[in-house]
Amino acid sequence: MKTMTYGEAIREGMCIRMREDKNVILFGEDVGAFGGCFGVTAGMFAEFGAERVRDTPISEGAIIGAAVGSAATGLKPLAELMFIDFLTVGMDQLVNQAAKMRYMFGGKISLPMVVRLPAGAGVGAAAQHSQSLESWLTHVPGLKVVYPSTPQDALGLMLSSIDDDNPVMYVEHKAMYAMKGEVASMDPIPLGKGDIKRAGKDVTIIATGKMVHEALSAAAALAGEGIEAEVLDPRTLFPLDKELIAQSIEKTHKVLIVTEECKRGAYSGEIAAIIAEDYFDLLDAPIARIGALNSPVPFSPGLEQYYLPNAKDISAAVKKIA
Amino acid sequence: MKLTKEKLQDMYLRMRKIREFETKAMGLFAEGKIPGFVHLYLGEESAATGVCFCLRDDDFITSTHRGHGHIIAKGGDLKFMMAELFGKETGYCKGKGGSMHIADRTKGILGANGIVGAGHSIAAGAGLSISCRKTDQVCVCFFGDGSTNQGTFHESMNLASIWKLPVVFVCENNNYGISMSQARHQAIKDIADRAASYGVPGIAVDGNDVLAVYEAASEAIARARKGLGPTLIECKTYRQRGHFEGDAGAYKPPEEQKEWLEKDPIPRFVKFLTENGFSAKELEAIDASVGQEIAAAIKFAEDSPYPAVEKTVEDIYSDIIEEVRTR
Repeated sequence: MKTMTYGEAIREGMCIRMREDKNVILFGEDVGAFGGCFGVTAGMFAEFGAERVRDTPISEGAIIGAAVGSAATGLKPLAELMFIDFLTVGMDQLVNQAAKMRYMFGGKISLPMVVRLPAGAGVGAAAQHSQSLESWLTHVPGLKVVYPSTPQDALGLMLSSIDDDNPVMYVEHKAMYAMKGEVASMDPIPLGKGDIKRAGKDVTIIATGKMVHEALSAAAALAGEGIEAEVLDPRTLFPLDKELIAQSIEKTHKVLIVTEECKRGAYSGEIAAIIAEDYFDLLDAPIARIGALNSPVPFSPGLEQYYLPNAKDISAAVKKIA
Repeated sequence: MKLTKEKLQDMYLRMRKIREFETKAMGLFAEGKIPGFVHLYLGEESAATGVCFCLRDDDFITSTHRGHGHIIAKGGDLKFMMAELFGKETGYCKGKGGSMHIADRTKGILGANGIVGAGHSIAAGAGLSISCRKTDQVCVCFFGDGSTNQGTFHESMNLASIWKLPVVFVCENNNYGISMSQARHQAIKDIADRAASYGVPGIAVDGNDVLAVYEAASEAIARARKGLGPTLIECKTYRQRGHFEGDAGAYKPPEEQKEWLEKDPIPRFVKFLTENGFSAKELEAIDASVGQEIAAAIKFAEDSPYPAVEKTVEDIYSDIIEEVRTR
């Protein structure tokens, strides 16, 4: 059993595979000797050298495109975008190239690539460096999307993401890098397997990323009021662990879905639609959903906190249905 | 650079294959047998041939929406190409890609591409892969004049130059980005000049002279194989047809069209060959064999089945077949 931060676990996952396979390489803006904008890649340049840990120019299109081209020709690239917000600049390479190549070419080209995408608000980085854009990714056939919420999951999902033969979007919350947690297993966590972070019988809270921790705080508070909430973290957004969701709702008959995305068009809507289509008969209450406000992420700390969903919002929403 | 008779013959064969394939595709499209869009390579055969003639099967290329010529020149199979144009199950991409998305990993063809400028960074990635794997392969990136105004051109030329990647950027300046002439879409005459911004060699060649293209490409590819980094080659050529079939190209001045048809690369190369030891009979024999191969490709395409609709949701991932339930 080791204790690691979320950032260290991401790094450890990358390092394990880089030590095993010389075809795994890392590139992105300032990931080299500088160690990455958030320090996640610190020490990797020293360990693996300039050939395999490469600083790129500020060229997001070329970063994602180079991941596509190198993955198609024998490497397993790990590409880091400094912020998920910069996806906009490289979106063609992701959506029209990475996601579609295998399909358009009749399954004859594989793209074993991982794009690391630091996401989320709460660090005063304002509207262009704080977004949660998961639903842009889950919308695109051809991409897999993971979003770990703990150091253990960060490590296990990184290993599986690198092992996967498809483009995997690895969303990581930048406000969780320093969060510590126990890492009991150094094994891969299969993509598509969710996890019950807290068991409960009265209501299911499905939460992703940093919202898992808000949901756990809410669940602790609700327990004091006699409501036992189950907190379910899908961990992989696509493929989604529908079985686990069904099992939980079968037990609780009530569900609240929480993501940090602004609510309009959030992935929580897709999860809600799946539950409504497939598991309506299991429900004893309307599906509830929480997200951030439908606003660009504000800068001023008070506004930013007001914009974000939190444990209190979650508790209040649970009480409405439980 | 002296080429043997055998090599010259192969060069002519490839150019003729492209010409005939495209001519037949034009007719088949007009007959309604090919769905979607086709962007023909007629008039540019010398560029793809001259470049791909320097490549091995394990070298890579990235191509464009106007990609048939590149794929044929790199050794693509005409049967699988034609079947793909028809949308048949036996096509290169099982009918899922079509004219603009043909790939053949076994021949290093990383795909034609429907997005103008998208091949640049994929080629840089292939170059990165070669560089990390330490082989002497190269990747050639084919693109048109129009794509040199995309950000990816700049990003990828820059990346390839700082990392000295074994990528040869081959611009086929056919004078048009869709309907916009080069004079209207950029303020420079020689795209090769842009190489200076990246500290790499830039060469403009007569793209309709297959031997001139071959010579420039040989040098650039040798340079790349030695780890000396990228080169930008501009092949000045001309798109004889519209942007796609169905575009009559009314924006092209008739005198310009006439001037370039006189510079058609195939009669030019035929003239060279007849002056250098080839008899008319030898060339006719090549033409006849090409005609037969294309007829067989068309028959293969016509006789092949369309893919079963259930295949729609396959090949999206390596390991997941999408559900059909949630239409």
